[in-house]
Amino acid sequence: MTTDHAADIDRHVRVYITVFIALMVLTIVTVAISRFHLPVHIAVTIALLVAIVKGSLVAGYFMHLVSEKKLIYAVLLVTVAFFIALMALPVLTVHNGYWIH
Amino acid sequence: MDIPYTVQARPDTGLTNGKIAIWLFLASEVMLFGALFASYILIRTGAPSWPRGDTILNVPLATFNTIVLISSSVTMVMAWASLMRNRFGTFRIYMGATILLGGVFLVVKYFEYSHKFHDDLFPRTNNFLAIYFTLTGLHMLHVLGGMAVNAYLWGPGAKLWKTNPEWFRNRVEHSGLFWHFVDLVWIFLFPTLYLL
Repeated sequence: MTTDHAADIDRHVRVYITVFIALMVLTIVTVAISRFHLPVHIAVTIALLVAIVKGSLVAGYFMHLVSEKKLIYAVLLVTVAFFIALMALPVLTVHNGYWIH
Repeated sequence: MDIPYTVQARPDTGLTNGKIAIWLFLASEVMLFGALFASYILIRTGAPSWPRGDTILNVPLATFNTIVLISSSVTMVMAWASLMRNRFGTFRIYMGATILLGGVFLVVKYFEYSHKFHDDLFPRTNNFLAIYFTLTGLHMLHVLGGMAVNAYLWGPGAKLWKTNPEWFRNRVEHSGLFWHFVDLVWIFLFPTLYLL
């Protein structure tokens, strides 16, 4: 990181500004879609998808995850696996499983 | 006291200790907020009825807060980039802006909360408000904590720039990672609580 030349940092800064604009647009999209009062399960899916895109931009570019080392990816992979399990558990307890009615 | 691998990468991990430490800490924070999100999902799906967020909460204020926090993430990363360019003065400006924007977020939350209390709406009133105050309250504490660290790095902690600039740069980067995480949590909190 410390061997980055001025031109590299300039390139990084241009990326940060681009990501910032994208995040602003996606925030407006998020609020705009909510005005349509879609059925809950569709609204949740779309809202989560937009949030995941926004989150990925922050994580990838602001937190520099796109150029991180393997060990950090490994830590995050384990984290994501457990997070999915954490989300799935309550969903699975309702109606004996989300997709079984 | 000589703290090892603050600037040099550890040969076995290829990273500084601080970098690994902050990511491990963030992983634990994912579990913390994840547990509360999972609770929210369970409470909501088990409830006979659940109000739409925008019928109780102030969406324009929260949208403004979302923009404030995202902007603060940009100023945070620009603060670090300024240090990479050896521009300490510019770092101070961007870091100051980050702290200021954090303050704006907290002020807006103060108005949101006090308006709720004024309308007799408390965490004990119903499940929706309970999970709303818990999630946003915990998030707010994280904003406060991040601001405290950033304020230290802006103020007394900046002395390190003169004696060990690379170590200081790494500290700013790690504080930035925490701040981006706080922004990330809000990016999920905002639609979940306010719009759905």
